[in-house]
Amino acid sequence: MTAELSSGVELRSASSPVVLTRRHPLEGRRATLEALTGEPSITLEPLVSAVDLRVDPDGGAPEAIAAALGGTLPRSPDTWTELPDGVALRLGPDEWLLTSAAADPHRWEDRVDALAAPHGGMAVDVSAQRVGLRLHGPAARDLLAFGCSIDLRPTAFGRGRCAQTLFGQAAVLLVAHAEDDLRLHVRTSFAGYVVDRLVDTARSLRPTPA
Amino acid sequence: MQLITCPWCGPREETEFRYGGQADLAYPADPSALDDEQWARFLFFRDNPKGTFAERWCHDAGCRRWLRAVRDTRTYVFAETGPYGSFPRRSARPERSA
Repeated sequence: MTAELSSGVELRSASSPVVLTRRHPLEGRRATLEALTGEPSITLEPLVSAVDLRVDPDGGAPEAIAAALGGTLPRSPDTWTELPDGVALRLGPDEWLLTSAAADPHRWEDRVDALAAPHGGMAVDVSAQRVGLRLHGPAARDLLAFGCSIDLRPTAFGRGRCAQTLFGQAAVLLVAHAEDDLRLHVRTSFAGYVVDRLVDTARSLRPTPA
Repeated sequence: MQLITCPWCGPREETEFRYGGQADLAYPADPSALDDEQWARFLFFRDNPKGTFAERWCHDAGCRRWLRAVRDTRTYVFAETGPYGSFPRRSARPERSA
């Protein structure tokens, strides 16, 4: 069944499947980031599946869930650990963010939720909540320090640390992978603002051409 | 700008926090038994001391947890901060629709 518009354009009905491809929310800024030469480099992280896990931290629940996932869950505040194909970030006393690069978002939610349910916890799919950026290069921390007030020195914010804080006006989740390798996760609706501000700052860090 | 020590995240800038008013207010045991004046007093009337004041603050841009702070209203100096009550220990798993 097709509907005919006066202009002659065919509108297909629901019976013919429409293919919707997932598009990175920052696709429009990819070219700008690639054109940015020098360091630190700013690149878009691939989209991953993510769930927000809420469970009582005492009573062995985090350990049991971690064992079933084949990794560990961070025990200290503002730290992260590795999972088989993702990371686990501790966001609060009873809150973790678990990512998976391999699983579908709904399957990842079902899997973690099934593990949390016996402990009275639950997991909710938040895959579309944040987008990731990678800042790579010796000046990555200097770049972030233009918008973040927390202590970003490697001794205070080394590998294994993460922090929820502000970058400019936007709430971000910072993840330290190495001294010169940081990830920044930001809510999708603030991502454009954060990228524009990062690019603007990065340009100002470049030596001006003679 | 001064730093407020979040019991979970450590010292953070004040802009990351939201003010939540006077701390330790007890909800009336039987609200329906109150007359209008008593109810209005519970809803709208707060202490306004010149000196130390126990307050609620929320770490909005960080862990999003409430904390209890004691602040001097004359100097704005925070004397102490700590978790508000206890961190959640409940098993409140809501029913999910299938």
